[in-house]
Amino acid sequence: MAHLTVVDVTLRDGSHSMKHAFTEKQVRSTARALDEAGVPYFEVSHGDGLGGSSLQYGFSKVNEMKLIAAAKEECQQSKISVLLLPGIGIKEDLKEAVQAGADMVRVATHVTEADVAKQHIELGRNLGLKTVGFLMMAHSAPTSKLVEQAKLFESYGAEVVYVTDSAGALLPHEVKEKIAALRSELGVDIGFHGHNNLSLAMANTLAAIEEGAKYIDGSLRALGAGSGNTQTEVMIAVLNRLGHQTGIDLYKIMDAANIVADYMPRPQEITGASLILGYAGVYSSFLLHAKEAAERFQVDERDILVELGKRKVVGGQEDMILQVASELASKVKTFI
Amino acid sequence: MNKVKVGIIGSGNIGTDLMYKIEKSEVLEMSTMIGIDPDSEGLKRAKTRGYTVFSNGIEGFLQHPELADILFDATTAKAHDYHNQVLGKLGKQVIDLTPAAIGPFAVPAVNLTEHLDQPNVNMITCGGQATIPIVHAICRVVSVEYAEIVATIASKSAGPGTRANIDEFTRTTARGIEVIGGAKKGKAIIILNPAEPPIMMRDAIHALVEEEGKEKEITESIKKMVTKVQEYVPGYRLRTEPIFKGKRVSVFIEVEGAGDFFPPYSGNLDIMTASARKVAEEFARKKLSQLQKQ
Repeated sequence: MAHLTVVDVTLRDGSHSMKHAFTEKQVRSTARALDEAGVPYFEVSHGDGLGGSSLQYGFSKVNEMKLIAAAKEECQQSKISVLLLPGIGIKEDLKEAVQAGADMVRVATHVTEADVAKQHIELGRNLGLKTVGFLMMAHSAPTSKLVEQAKLFESYGAEVVYVTDSAGALLPHEVKEKIAALRSELGVDIGFHGHNNLSLAMANTLAAIEEGAKYIDGSLRALGAGSGNTQTEVMIAVLNRLGHQTGIDLYKIMDAANIVADYMPRPQEITGASLILGYAGVYSSFLLHAKEAAERFQVDERDILVELGKRKVVGGQEDMILQVASELASKVKTFI
Repeated sequence: MNKVKVGIIGSGNIGTDLMYKIEKSEVLEMSTMIGIDPDSEGLKRAKTRGYTVFSNGIEGFLQHPELADILFDATTAKAHDYHNQVLGKLGKQVIDLTPAAIGPFAVPAVNLTEHLDQPNVNMITCGGQATIPIVHAICRVVSVEYAEIVATIASKSAGPGTRANIDEFTRTTARGIEVIGGAKKGKAIIILNPAEPPIMMRDAIHALVEEEGKEKEITESIKKMVTKVQEYVPGYRLRTEPIFKGKRVSVFIEVEGAGDFFPPYSGNLDIMTASARKVAEEFARKKLSQLQKQ
């Protein structure tokens, strides 16, 4: 049975659900519990990665560097990952994060745009970080394209390349096909990051493991964008049953999840809008922004998300939500 | 003589598009293109159109400095350093389209007349050219604490230079938002979108203003500014009315290119060359009026 490396993303992907308002206290208690449970890596950053604090995505309540440093202080064994999206964060942000205590960087690009990440991958390696390439919105490109882009990441020095299902749109057989192709074409380890918009995060994670993925992401109580991620504590239970090794203590990771349950603003259930994210193939972090825009312009949030899917918007284009909502609203007016 | 001779250094896409734009100018005379690859599309086209071409770089031009008084540099930041040194000694005016940023920033709709005697001006970035006018339009009504821009461009119109130096884009644009736009703090984000057919360049400008209640004045100021930018970038337009929420203002624009050499969706490239031409024209008008006086 496989030895798997679990990366918990509660304190990064969960930032979307928390509207980027994690407090230092929440981060410290979660970090301590993750560390005690034996989680090898967990991620701390603004939901949109280092430098993501903005009007476009939402300002961080507490500076992420402060949160990284606080998390680091709580750790005896866990290592801290940060996310960096070139175009949003810059190299200086990464250097600062390393000062604060980051041990791993995951450099994320849209699935077709890996070449913007060369500098950042190289910097990660030069700084001695575990360096990972993250291909987002993996559902939106054919597998051949994914392989081509993953090879770019590998050529820049990435030690792991991820298939990232940002929209929670992939189906298990598609995950299998993508992971299998990367396994046969690349020398580096492969990872999978899922979202649960179609209630398939766990199934997709297992499909990825079956095809040889070695790095898998989860979040406690599924706290993440959209309907959240593969639920870490449940994933550990399932992996135990399957006989895979993660080095994570089941009871202790369940305890960690209870800490998150205390502060999460709402359960990560699959609602109409979050289902539509997966169905229409829209970046999961658009969810709460679409809800706000729908209220503001008195239109159906599902209409906004479906329209965004049609327009093939990519991660980071949150400005399109307001635009589409205002356009839909003016259409409604015209009909009246 | 009623035109000033200009040269283009760099025979890539930007240089080639500039050539077509200069041909349409009333005060600029396309004279020479300077490249390093004799087989480049740009040099071939320039030669066919009857211009003097050099394929041995700036050294070739230095033998014939009479061929141009204003030069556009569309090469790289590193090459521009050297070009600027040698051209400065010859008293040439240089418009820098690289990230080198040796000279002051120029945004035609905002500070066109401030730098007419500068030996070197920098065109910032495409995102800067598209958004700084809007930031400035808000700033002239009310103090702006923070301005942030998000430029989304079609993957196909992001060249290898932009891709390899994406941090330069965010840093330089953010600085332009502060220095020329007038915001106390600036931030820039760039997103590449691979959708087919390619999307037009889109920019979101979000600002936090000091006081609420100036919605009408801000909207009016923005619309005036859009008209001003349209004088040199006809495909520049507002996507929707500005959206206000408390102290927050969000403005959405779209830039359609003129289709001179680039396809129309490459508004990001078009706004750079169109803005550079506009600056060169002002340089030229000043030179011509000085000649008349003499």
